[in-house]
Amino acid sequence: MANKVLVLGEVRDGVLRNVSFEAVAAAKQIADGGEVVGVLLGDSVTQLANELITYGADRVVTVEHPHLKAYTSDGYSQAFLAVYEQEKPEGVVFGHTSLGKDLSPKLASKLKSGLISDVTEIEGSGEDAVFVRPIYSGKAFEKVKIKDGVIFVTIRPNNIKPLDKNASLTGDVASISVDVQNLRTIIKDVVRKATTGVDLSEAKVVVAGGRGVKSSEGFEPLKELANLLGGAVGASRGACDADYCDYSLQIGQTGKVVTPDLYIAAGISGAIQHLAGMSNSKVIVAINKDPEANIFKVADYGIVGDLFEVIPMLIEEFKALKVNS
Amino acid sequence: MNIFVLVKRTFDTEEKIVIANGKIQEDGAEFIINPYDEYAIEEAIQVRDAKGGKVTVVTIGGEDAEKQLRTALAMGADEAVLINTEDDLDELDQYSAAIILAEYLKDKEVDLILAGNVAIDGGTGQVGPRVADLLGINYVTTITDLEIDGTNVKIVRDIEGDSEVIETSLPLLVTAQQGLNEPRYPSLPGIMKAKKKPLAELELDDLDLDEDDVEVKIEIVDIFLPPQKAAGRVLEGELSQQVKELVNLLHSEAKVV
Ligand SMILES: Cc1cc2nc3c(=O)[nH]c(=O)nc-3n(C[C@H](O)[C@H](O)[C@H](O)COP(=O)(O)OP(=O)(O)OC[C@H]3O[C@@H](n4cnc5c(N)ncnc54)[C@H](O)[C@@H]3O)c2cc1C
Ligand SMILES: Cc1cc2nc3c(=O)[nH]c(=O)nc-3n(C[C@H](O)[C@H](O)[C@H](O)COP(=O)(O)OP(=O)(O)OC[C@H]3O[C@@H](n4cnc5c(N)ncnc54)[C@H](O)[C@@H]3O)c2cc1C
Repeated sequence: MANKVLVLGEVRDGVLRNVSFEAVAAAKQIADGGEVVGVLLGDSVTQLANELITYGADRVVTVEHPHLKAYTSDGYSQAFLAVYEQEKPEGVVFGHTSLGKDLSPKLASKLKSGLISDVTEIEGSGEDAVFVRPIYSGKAFEKVKIKDGVIFVTIRPNNIKPLDKNASLTGDVASISVDVQNLRTIIKDVVRKATTGVDLSEAKVVVAGGRGVKSSEGFEPLKELANLLGGAVGASRGACDADYCDYSLQIGQTGKVVTPDLYIAAGISGAIQHLAGMSNSKVIVAINKDPEANIFKVADYGIVGDLFEVIPMLIEEFKALKVNS
Repeated sequence: MNIFVLVKRTFDTEEKIVIANGKIQEDGAEFIINPYDEYAIEEAIQVRDAKGGKVTVVTIGGEDAEKQLRTALAMGADEAVLINTEDDLDELDQYSAAIILAEYLKDKEVDLILAGNVAIDGGTGQVGPRVADLLGINYVTTITDLEIDGTNVKIVRDIEGDSEVIETSLPLLVTAQQGLNEPRYPSLPGIMKAKKKPLAELELDDLDLDEDDVEVKIEIVDIFLPPQKAAGRVLEGELSQQVKELVNLLHSEAKVV
C-alpha cells in the first residue's frame, strides 16, 4: 500500500545537507509509490524547496518564522508537528545528525510512536520495509520494524544512496504559518571548531591520526591530506586524551561512528573501541610503524612505516594524480 | 538541588559480540556503566558538591544492574533506584523505557536530570529527550559544559564538532557528551560507604503501570554480525614505491579517489 512520507530537509549555512537527499531516497522506499513530502523549517528556506524536489520529493511544505532561524527543539517541534497534523503521513524520515538526534525522540514522544534511529540500510518497501541499524556501535546489527503507528526513522549519513538529481522535476511548494512560541532555549553563540569545514559524519574521506601523530602540529600534514581529498580529519581517543586535538574529532565506540569511502588511519593501533567507529568504512588504509598493530587486521591496504614520511609522500602522489586526471 | 541520573548497564567496550539462537550472548561478558552515563554521574556529583542537594541514580534493569548502581554510589551518588522489570516484561524498547522512567520521576520535584547522550549498546540516544518530553521539561543534548546560577543554566553543547553556547533554566534534562568532565574512580572509602547507602527496588506495580502501558512499538526481526573483513594487503618494497602503489590502488582498484 502506498504511504505518504515526510522528509525533514536539513539546512546548514544556507544549503541543504546531503543527508537530506539520502532521506528523500529512503522516504521513496518507505512510500512505495506514495507521496514524498519535503519539509523545510527556518527563517528563510523557500528558495531551497526546488532542490529537494529535483532529488525526488513530490512537493514541499515550508514553515518560515524568525524563531526558526536557529534550531531549538521547542521551535522545530512546534513547526514540524503543525505540518504533521496537516499532512497526516504514514512515515517520517530525518537524518541521524546532531539536529535529527535531538529532535526525533521529542516528536516520537509527542506522537506516542516508536522511532528507529540510525538506520544504515532499508530492505523491502512500504509496510514491509525492514530497517537495518548498528548496535554495540557497529559490532553487531539488528533488523527492526515498527509494529504499528507511524514509520519514523532517522538515517545515518553516507549509507543510503540519494537518487540522481533531475533538474526537470517540478512540484508544488506551499507554506503554512505557525505561531512558534515559548522557546525555552536561547542560542547565544556558535563557535566553529571543525577543521576542514567538511562534516566528519558525512565526509567521503577521513584522515585519522592517533597517538603516533605525537603532537597537535603533527596533525598538520593530516589536515593537508584531508583538504586535498575533500575530506575531514578524525582522531583516536589516544590522540584526544593527549590533547593533540579536540574530542569532537574522536572516532570510535565513545566518539563518532563514520562510514566514509576511504578511511586513512595514521599512527592508530586499532583498539577494539576505535574499530567500532570505523571498521564499516568502504576502504581502510593503515599507516603504522608496527607491523603487528591490530589496525592492519581491518585494513584493506597497509603500509608499515613512519607516518611522517608516508603522509607527505601521499600528499605529493595525490597531487600528481590530480594533475594527471 | 534534587538531581537524578539515568544510568544504563552495558557490555564492557572490550567485549566482542557473540550471537547464538538469535540473541546476544551475555554469559561471561563483563558489564560496565554506560561510559556516557559516567560523565553524567560525575557532573551530578560536582553540581551537588557545589550547590548542595541529593543525587539519585536510577536504572531500569534486572538484579544484575545492582552492581553498576553500587559503583555509582561508590563514586558519590547518595541514593539508587533499581526499577526491575525482569518479571513483568519480556520486551522493553525506548518508548517503554522512557515511560517507566518518567512515571518514576514525575512526582519527584526534580531540578536536574542527567543522562548519557547515547547508550553504547542500543545506540539510539532516544531515552533522555523522551523522558524530558514526558515530564514536560526542557532538555539539551550532547553537553560539554554546564554552569548553574540559581535557576539559570548556561551550557556548551557539541554539535558535530562545533560548539553551541546555550542559555536555559531549571528544571532541565541534559545528556552528557565526552569532554564534559573526567569521571572519578570510586575510592576505597567510597566503596565501603556505598554498601550502606539506600538502594530501593521497584517494580511496574509500584509505579502504577500496567504491561499494556509500556507495550513496545518496535519489533526486532533479526540480529546479526557484520561480515568479517578479509585480511588486507600490506604493501612491500621501497617506501616511495609503496606510496605510489597505494595511490594507484585507491584510484584504479578501489576507485575511492
Ligand atoms: C570505555 C572506553 C571507551 C573508549 N572509546 C574509544 C573511542 O571511542 N575511540 C578510540 O579511538 N579509543 C577509545 N578508547 C581507547 C582505546 O582503548 C585505545 O586506548 C585508543 O584507541 C588508543 O589510541 P591510539 O591508537 O591513538 O594510541 P596507541 O594505542 O598508543 O597507538 C599508537 C600507534 O601509533 C603507532 N605509531 C607511533 N609512532 C608512529 C609513527 N611515527 N608512524 C606510524 N605509526 C606510529 C604505534 O605503533 C601504535 O600502533 C576507549 C577506551 C575505553 C576504556
Ligand atoms: C523490541 C525491543 C525489545 C527489547 N527488549 C529488551 C529487554 O527485554 N530488556 C532490555 O534490557 N532491553 C531490551 N531492549 C533494548 C532496550 O529497549 C534499550 O536498551 C533501552 O530502551 C535503551 O535504549 P538505548 O539503548 O537506545 O539507549 P539510549 O536512548 O541511547 O540511552 C541514552 C541514555 O538514556 C539513559 N538510559 C537508557 N536506558 C536506560 C535504562 N535502562 N535505565 C536507565 N537509564 C537508561 C542513559 O542515561 C543512557 O545513556 C529491547 C529493544 C527493542 C527494540
